Amino acid sequence: MELPPSRVPVSRAAALAEGVVRLRTGGPARALRLRELRGARAEDIKDVGYKFYLELELEDVLDKDCAVNCTAEVLYHLGNKNSAPDVQFTLEGELKSTEEADHEFYTRMRSLEKELVAENIPDSHGHVSPELQPLHLLAWVASGHVIWQNSTENTQLQLAQIQHVKQVKRSDEDLQFDFVVLLHEMVSQEIIPWEMTVLWHPGDNVRVTRHRRQHRHPSGAAGTP
Amino acid sequence: MWLSLGIIFSLGMLIPGKLSLKLQYDRDQVLHIVPETYQQVQHLQLLCSTLLLDLWKPLIPEDITAGEDLHIRVPAPLVQEVKHSLDQHIISYRVLIPDVQELVDQSVPREKSSHSQVREGYVYTQYHPMEEIYEWMAQIQKDYSELVTQQFLGTTFEHRPMYYLQISQPSNKPKKIIWMDCGIHAREWISPAFCQWFVKEILQNYKSDTKIRTFLQNLDLYVLPVLNIDGYIYSWETDRMWRKNRSPHQNGNCYGTDLNRNFNSSWGSIGVSFDCSSDVFCGSGPESEPETRAVAQFIQRKKSDIVCYLTIHSYGQLILSPYGSTTKPPSNNEELMQVGQKAAAALKEKYGTSYKVGPPSLILYNNSGSSRDWTHMIGIPLSYTFELRDTGTYGFLLPADQIQPTCEETMLAVRTIMDYVYQEYISDGAVVLTSSSLGLSLCVSIILTWTLS
Repeated sequence: MELPPSRVPVSRAAALAEGVVRLRTGGPARALRLRELRGARAEDIKDVGYKFYLELELEDVLDKDCAVNCTAEVLYHLGNKNSAPDVQFTLEGELKSTEEADHEFYTRMRSLEKELVAENIPDSHGHVSPELQPLHLLAWVASGHVIWQNSTENTQLQLAQIQHVKQVKRSDEDLQFDFVVLLHEMVSQEIIPWEMTVLWHPGDNVRVTRHRRQHRHPSGAAGTP
Repeated sequence: MWLSLGIIFSLGMLIPGKLSLKLQYDRDQVLHIVPETYQQVQHLQLLCSTLLLDLWKPLIPEDITAGEDLHIRVPAPLVQEVKHSLDQHIISYRVLIPDVQELVDQSVPREKSSHSQVREGYVYTQYHPMEEIYEWMAQIQKDYSELVTQQFLGTTFEHRPMYYLQISQPSNKPKKIIWMDCGIHAREWISPAFCQWFVKEILQNYKSDTKIRTFLQNLDLYVLPVLNIDGYIYSWETDRMWRKNRSPHQNGNCYGTDLNRNFNSSWGSIGVSFDCSSDVFCGSGPESEPETRAVAQFIQRKKSDIVCYLTIHSYGQLILSPYGSTTKPPSNNEELMQVGQKAAAALKEKYGTSYKVGPPSLILYNNSGSSRDWTHMIGIPLSYTFELRDTGTYGFLLPADQIQPTCEETMLAVRTIMDYVYQEYISDGAVVLTSSSLGLSLCVSIILTWTLS
């Protein structure tokens, strides 16, 4: 598919849309990702901003045979400093239920004697242990919120790694995880540590209740020992 | 027998330390002592508890007994002091293990390598630290000495040697060159992994694959497996997300230049930072970095023979053609796009992986000082940057189990480009069609037709 010339690369808008779709549909047992960009159109709307109309084909990372089509609209506001881009989407068809896997993860986390603590997911070699796989997906899904809230025409953020995660026991039915994630900003190539608090329980959307950018270590090492 | 079991048991206690791949027991010694008197026992108990020495046998100072074997591990810095103390108290000892680290290395199989040298088969489906890549290069040269020579290119900021592999069938005719470099950005580990895979594929299939043989009869392949060696090592030992080299600025307050912003192609004009703490810091001037200079000087010297320049990065699944610093298209843009599309199509055949093709100014972001732009600007017609898997699911941390499929599909893309190079620049009667020569031949035929009519 030939990409239309536009002042923002189409793939940047598509990545943002992908992240929001993943956020709204994802959980510890499901994360959608962009398989193919099937169509794109850009529009400069006077006094409003720059808008993309996208046709996306998405796949479930845990079940790659399972593909779903999606139309999305991304609007980068004029004078884009303070407001996150608008992202709307419609999915065609239904997604498979993840009830069983969700329930299994939920019960396992609730019944841990000591709250879970983990670091460097994936590790340097890209490896994620099977027990931590749902947590990796949860962080990836949740980071979509942080990324969306901090995206502009000139940035493209991706989750690079979970630097640290700590489970926090709660008296209500939610699971809470406090993450420090490393986000990779593709235009400046910076690695930015970001704190985020994530809440979830089965049947619910992933919620980010708090997020805060950390400061990077002056020597350039992003807070590593 | 008990002695060796004891040693193995004690070494078992050391293994967790070993897994960190840091040398913790370098030149530590294990001493064997049989105390003869109660006074000697007392002194030894005092020595062990004061210096917190690691008792292998018995396990606690209280159990040291006259007439019974005593084995203590003495850390290297304390060896002299302990021996002096024993001498002073006329306690005789024997050195059981002169270097504990050596023994650990021999007896504990390292997950990531030393038996992965070429004899048992180098493991191309794992990521390798720089030390092993140096060994691999030397071994490859040995195993394929009729085709491969390891050549010195220059030194890094931290004084490490930069080597490339020249794959060349001996011949008396001058050969055109395809150059490929990997690892210009430290954290992009799949890139050096691909260079190693590529070399292996060419060499292992040289005898059976007529296409490769024919190719090498007429073209040389120059492969630089790791360009940013200091950075690569830093990403293994200290900061997995490191990108730049390791040259210091501001009196050591700030480290690293982005080598792919440091070449002399519209240097410093766009998509860079002049702040040394930035990951796209372009350096104090074009080619300010020794690594950049080493590559640039070599390519400059050989530029009339180099027909294709490939530089391998991750991630993004892109084949980038010139330029990043301007939207003005290169003179042979059509050729570059066509060949790039062909390569992406061949790649997709293998596992369905989608790559986008085009200049970064259109599909990625503007940037100046890239090696790909510079090589094209000095006259190398086919210059591409490959951004390998994936598109952000794992990003730089591409799992090792994706090394093989990534390398296999990328190999198909590179082979497509190699085939094109052979057809267009090497085979007899090939006419290099650029828009200017096409225009010229068109003009000539028009004039001829006109004069003949």
